Amino acid sequence: MLPKERCQEIFAEILKHSDADETELLVWDGTHQLTRFANNTITQNVAEEGCVLSVRTVYGGRTARATTNKSDAESLRRVVAESASLARQQQPDPELLPMPGPQTYQPVERYFEATAAATAQNRADAVAQAVRVAEKNGQTAAGIYSTTTGIQAVLNSSGVAAYYKDTNAEFSISVLDADSSGWAKKNAPDASVINAEELAERASRIATLSRDPKEMAPGKYVTILESSAVLDMLGFLFPDFSGQAMRDQRSFLTGRMGQKLFGENITIRDDVCHADQAGPPFDGEGVSRQAVNLVEKGVAKELTYCRQTAQAMGAKPTGHGFPLPNDMGEAPLNIVFAGDKYSVDEMIAATERGILVTRLWYIREVDPYKKMLTGMTRDGTFYIENGQVRHGIKNFRFNESAIDLLNCVQMAGHPERAAGEESEPMIVPPLKVSEFNFTEVTKF
Amino acid sequence: MREYAEKALDYLDGGKVDYADVRVIDSRERHIATKNGKMADASSEESLGLGIRVLLKGSWGFAATDNFSADSVAATAARAVEIARASAGVKKADVVLAPEEKIVDTWSSPFRVDPFTTSVEDNMGLLLQADAELRSVAGVTLAETGLLFRRTHEIFLSTIGSAIEQTRLVTGAGMGAYSFADGEIQKRSYPNSFGGQYQLKGYELVEELHLAENARRIAEEAVALHRADLCPRGSRTLILDSSQLGLQIHESIGHPAELDRVLGMEANYAGTSFLTLEKLRKLRYGSEIVHVVADARLEHGPGLGTFGYDDEGVPAQRTDIIKDGLFVGYLTSRETAPTVGEKRSNGTMRSEGWNHTPLIRMTNVSLLPGHGTLEDLIADTDDGIYMETNRSWSIDDRRYHFQFGCELGWEIRKGKKTRMLKNPSYSGITTEFWNSCDAICGPESWTLWGTPNCGKGQPSQTMGTGHGASPSRFRNVTVGIAYAP
Repeated sequence: MLPKERCQEIFAEILKHSDADETELLVWDGTHQLTRFANNTITQNVAEEGCVLSVRTVYGGRTARATTNKSDAESLRRVVAESASLARQQQPDPELLPMPGPQTYQPVERYFEATAAATAQNRADAVAQAVRVAEKNGQTAAGIYSTTTGIQAVLNSSGVAAYYKDTNAEFSISVLDADSSGWAKKNAPDASVINAEELAERASRIATLSRDPKEMAPGKYVTILESSAVLDMLGFLFPDFSGQAMRDQRSFLTGRMGQKLFGENITIRDDVCHADQAGPPFDGEGVSRQAVNLVEKGVAKELTYCRQTAQAMGAKPTGHGFPLPNDMGEAPLNIVFAGDKYSVDEMIAATERGILVTRLWYIREVDPYKKMLTGMTRDGTFYIENGQVRHGIKNFRFNESAIDLLNCVQMAGHPERAAGEESEPMIVPPLKVSEFNFTEVTKF
Repeated sequence: MREYAEKALDYLDGGKVDYADVRVIDSRERHIATKNGKMADASSEESLGLGIRVLLKGSWGFAATDNFSADSVAATAARAVEIARASAGVKKADVVLAPEEKIVDTWSSPFRVDPFTTSVEDNMGLLLQADAELRSVAGVTLAETGLLFRRTHEIFLSTIGSAIEQTRLVTGAGMGAYSFADGEIQKRSYPNSFGGQYQLKGYELVEELHLAENARRIAEEAVALHRADLCPRGSRTLILDSSQLGLQIHESIGHPAELDRVLGMEANYAGTSFLTLEKLRKLRYGSEIVHVVADARLEHGPGLGTFGYDDEGVPAQRTDIIKDGLFVGYLTSRETAPTVGEKRSNGTMRSEGWNHTPLIRMTNVSLLPGHGTLEDLIADTDDGIYMETNRSWSIDDRRYHFQFGCELGWEIRKGKKTRMLKNPSYSGITTEFWNSCDAICGPESWTLWGTPNCGKGQPSQTMGTGHGASPSRFRNVTVGIAYAP
């Protein structure tokens, strides 16, 4: 993994080759290991290491980017020349700003030595624990255990020198029974908080409870969404909290900023410094990330802005820009929901008739302005009656607006770092909503 | 490049492993894009690295690096062995590979114009012209265009003595017009969503697509959609254009036919499959006119799933998946083929790059053409809905229940397209849908579409797949449920 000093040496070498007005270097370097299991067997087990160097040059308001994974002297010379060639063939962009100067970043500590040092044997041992749980219960386990170590750096000729390193660990498990399944997943910078056996027990319990699923008629039901289901559904909202998306009129917030779009009990912010968040405290230009109040008591309050968008819209940059050039501008990446005090068990106990959803799957946007989403339930969907989970049910398809969803939240749980498959981990609570539109049912 | 692969294989020689293969891949890409008359992307990327896959004590290990020093290559090989040893501690049975012959060959995809020889200025000029045409239509609020060129040069060596060198050149191009009005966003794409069309071709693909000439039409359609009636809800006769049908094939035939899914190996993420083993050669998948193949050979066309050899060194093949409506074949690998009694893999193991181990992936999974043109088919339809170009797609984790939304619909009455319909969608159960197919247009309407963004695997890998299809008709399909109140 490249230390900060080596990133600076590479940048110095790049500057020697560059005759551009301005030059920027982005560095990603790291290792990723992933042990995959299915049918109670490790079926795939991989490790990769790699370094990416990405150079952006600016000539008279024209810019472009070239990227390589080779760091020898000739490759560095070539990547600068390629960036320069691409940039010189562009039209000047009147909105392009000079590169930012030196920045101050909020301190975050997301690197854990033991996670970085995890071996294939460590991961295999954890998988063996999980498999034993499934076997004990006559079930089959499938999943992954991954560990990652990486650095990101942004350096430019105006004085930005941002450097960040972190680790990440993720364990995900599906436990399959004869006609049912259960699932659990955890993601954290520190592998020591991941308990494979506990996650396996949870997935196994869900699979057992959802045996012999009954078919229920589609319709609108009171629904309790576990935090992973909330994450995967609501993750579709946040790319729209972008100044550039507003300029493009592709955001559901177009014409709606300042309006009360959601229930009074919905407050959402973006905060890279939250204790359970991950990622660097700077954006793709090396600008310091600021906390942003996206939604306050249901009102769409603030957007994220990169420097260019902020300039065009008369706003202040929030440090959420993607590396330039890009067509998306910016987006919040560190979502934190304000929650409440209720446990999922308390939500169930307070439900006369409803549905409990463990996980949602294959969610896609049906209507970008209504934020109408479709998708399926998966790995543990249950019928609740008179305050108790009665039985598993066959999986539903839903067509539901994420805006409407946040207008009918009856109870919220304690926010936690949830992991899913459709969105990056966020800090979200489980939710009980008064209405969720299940439109069709599948065969299992 | 070859010496790096040899160095890695040398390290593993001498009985250290039961089997190993090494892939060295050098890739280069160029992306050019515009948005509302300005450059949105101008970038290039190159990546060179090496991946080593070993089979030891019946278990897999894989390690990859982009550091080609002698020490690093040896360390990467040693890491792959160490990982395979760890894998062997949690297994129920040994992996046994179907036999494969030693192959020494060089293969390159054909092209007429190397896109990397075209100037970026010209690329941008072409896109800006199309972008200007899109924005010339009042009501268009966002115009996007883009080009992608990718060259991949791969060396494959294995311990059975295979030495294969392959070069594939992919070109992609497309555009989209958005119109925001009255609390509604409408979009039209050309020639397809997901950025357009992608094929194993050179710059000639860009020339064939005539972007600027088609820009005004799709922009006008995007604006006109605001005035169109909402797609009705009900059970209707449905005609799909070839690009939407390509995605329907991808999701409801290609994925369920992947044997690794069927065997539970993707259960945690992509899911399993309703095509369980007892259904092979027994399940009536579609009506008798439905014939679907997985064909990676160049004879099938310049698809994103066309190659000389897969990433296990198995030659490109054509496999029947559905023949005369009957389910007859899976997509297999050397590891999985024996589980369905096959003596050989049908060559579908593909990886995203040097840093990923190969998985079973679709090649070109295509519906073979029938007869007649789209105009003939519409003329033959008394009452139905015609849908064009995908807008949303979703299917359950066993690939039974799907729902698709399209950008544009037309109502058909008495053999003619009548009123435009907005927000069209349809849904169903895979086998019921394919059994309701009663007409497939002919070769003159058949297009080999490129799907550039197929995700599968953990860590997730993105793969390009090909899907040939011609417009087809389906009876009694549920439409319009996505927007039902």
